Amino acid sequence: MSASKGLPVAAARGAEQVAGHSWAPLVILVLLLLALAPAFLVEGYRLFQLTLAVIYALAILGLNIVTGYNGQISLGHGAFYAVGAYTAAILMAHFEVPYWATLPVAALVCAALGYGIGFPALRLGSLYLALTTFSLAVAVPQILKYKAFEDWTGGVQGLFIFKPDPPFGLPLSNDQWMYIFTVLVAATLFILSWNLLRSRIGRALLAIRDQPVAAEAMGMNLAQLKTRTFAVSAMITGIAGALSAIAVEFVSPDSFSVILSITLFVGMVVGGVASILGTVFGGLFVVFVPNLAEDISKAAPGVIYGIILIAFLFLLPTGFAGFLRRLVVPLLRRRRSAQAMSSNGR
Amino acid sequence: MAELLRVSDIVVRFGGVTAVAGVSFVVDQHQICGLIGPNGAGKTTLFNCISGIYRPTEGRISFEGEDITGAPRHGMMARGIGRTFQNLALFRTLSVRDNVLAGAHCLGHAGFLASALRLSRARHEEAAAEERLRHLLALLDLEAVAEVPVASLPFGTQKRVELARALISGPKLLLLDEPAGGLNHGEVDGLATLLQDIRRQFALSILLVEHHMNLVMRVSDKVVALDFGRKIADGTPEEVRNEPEVIRAYLGEEAHDRAA
Repeated sequence: MSASKGLPVAAARGAEQVAGHSWAPLVILVLLLLALAPAFLVEGYRLFQLTLAVIYALAILGLNIVTGYNGQISLGHGAFYAVGAYTAAILMAHFEVPYWATLPVAALVCAALGYGIGFPALRLGSLYLALTTFSLAVAVPQILKYKAFEDWTGGVQGLFIFKPDPPFGLPLSNDQWMYIFTVLVAATLFILSWNLLRSRIGRALLAIRDQPVAAEAMGMNLAQLKTRTFAVSAMITGIAGALSAIAVEFVSPDSFSVILSITLFVGMVVGGVASILGTVFGGLFVVFVPNLAEDISKAAPGVIYGIILIAFLFLLPTGFAGFLRRLVVPLLRRRRSAQAMSSNGR
Repeated sequence: MAELLRVSDIVVRFGGVTAVAGVSFVVDQHQICGLIGPNGAGKTTLFNCISGIYRPTEGRISFEGEDITGAPRHGMMARGIGRTFQNLALFRTLSVRDNVLAGAHCLGHAGFLASALRLSRARHEEAAAEERLRHLLALLDLEAVAEVPVASLPFGTQKRVELARALISGPKLLLLDEPAGGLNHGEVDGLATLLQDIRRQFALSILLVEHHMNLVMRVSDKVVALDFGRKIADGTPEEVRNEPEVIRAYLGEEAHDRAA
């Protein structure tokens, strides 16, 4: 191009940026189509399980943002999941709010709760924070059973709601629509998180995790960033909880025991700490591996699950994402350094 | 030359121990000021007061005429005070590129929402930071390792990364805590030239805490010497080198007598 003669560097950069941008939507579209395909390939219980796996992936994404990226250990994210689920269920069962409208409310409620917990949690060292969040996870099921709230929460019995019909008279089953709706919500949040974690904020979260003293010296407001991260994390996990209530058509205190929080933590580690794509794998793992374990041994599925988990961590110590990274990054680096060399030569 | 940093009567006590006992000095604009003294003289403590890590027990620190004693730590970079650390404090798992870009944090304003939505403001800030990044990577010879996780690099390279991280926000005052520590002879020579280049290119002042006497005397316009938390000399490298108190602090009483 003759017009760019005077500014070769800037022009080249512009072209590269445009190229980068035109690729991104295409990649997203292909991934989204791949993610939606099971709605038409899989049926019944399997599709329901896949819906749950996507929901878990989203919940694990929330946990990964605060624990994986920011280094604040939470062993109580099941509590935000539960609050999100109950928010959706109460709104639908008592106020006949449409299912999709419950998500923003659950998001706000959980963000506020996360902020409220993140604020005092700042003053705690990481292990104490782990215990504080754990105690939250222990308390929440009992609070949900509490007599005074029974009119709202349904007490021990819980609340029943109905799976939504597909909109605009689309020729889909309720299960298919629930899967598609879940994937669309999750995809939106994954893209927003991807952007966030690759921005100055994402860099700050990692910097604070790695070296808080230097991070503060670089102008990062630790208190503000950490509480907001906690809020965002709780919000995402809360939205996942709301989706789970809609998908399962039922909430009860016992579905949100401490085990749920640990399950999310396991999914995060297995998928890959501080990895966005790893959370998808983590979601699939926590839904399907227990089933697999049960197929192998009806008598002691827990033992099989434990063995699979240990074998997994032994083979892929940095999680699924770490494994992928080891395969892909050397290739990328080679390409990038080749690019750097050619641009130096210019 | 106009005054940039003024340290007045700083006292720092840790429990019963007085680490700094009433030190005052001034750093002018575009000046390289060396802060020297034997181990335990209070150099790093004083340094940490200026960058806000410690709050002095008594005294005042002002920067560009404004009192910054006890101001929040995370605000220092935005005021124009950048620093490096004695034992390196890099973000270990991040690449060189991300480490340096993290130093530009204070230049940006895009919050969680603007970043997640990639609003044009966030993209422009990021592009501006990338532009500065390119310049610094070239200046400090870090281009080839830009994508490498910083923990896997040699010590000397990591020191340059820390310098780039402190420079990217365009500070007016650069606080360097033992930049020559752990470097070999050739690298120290390179560092002396680099510091003078940086001062010229970025039009900034440097406050240098350093054990490597040769380096300090070579690059500094002015040297402040501390011993046991007190200032024992303040002047040009020549003056400080010949100051009897300094010779005594470094070489001991006898050496001083013999020299005299």
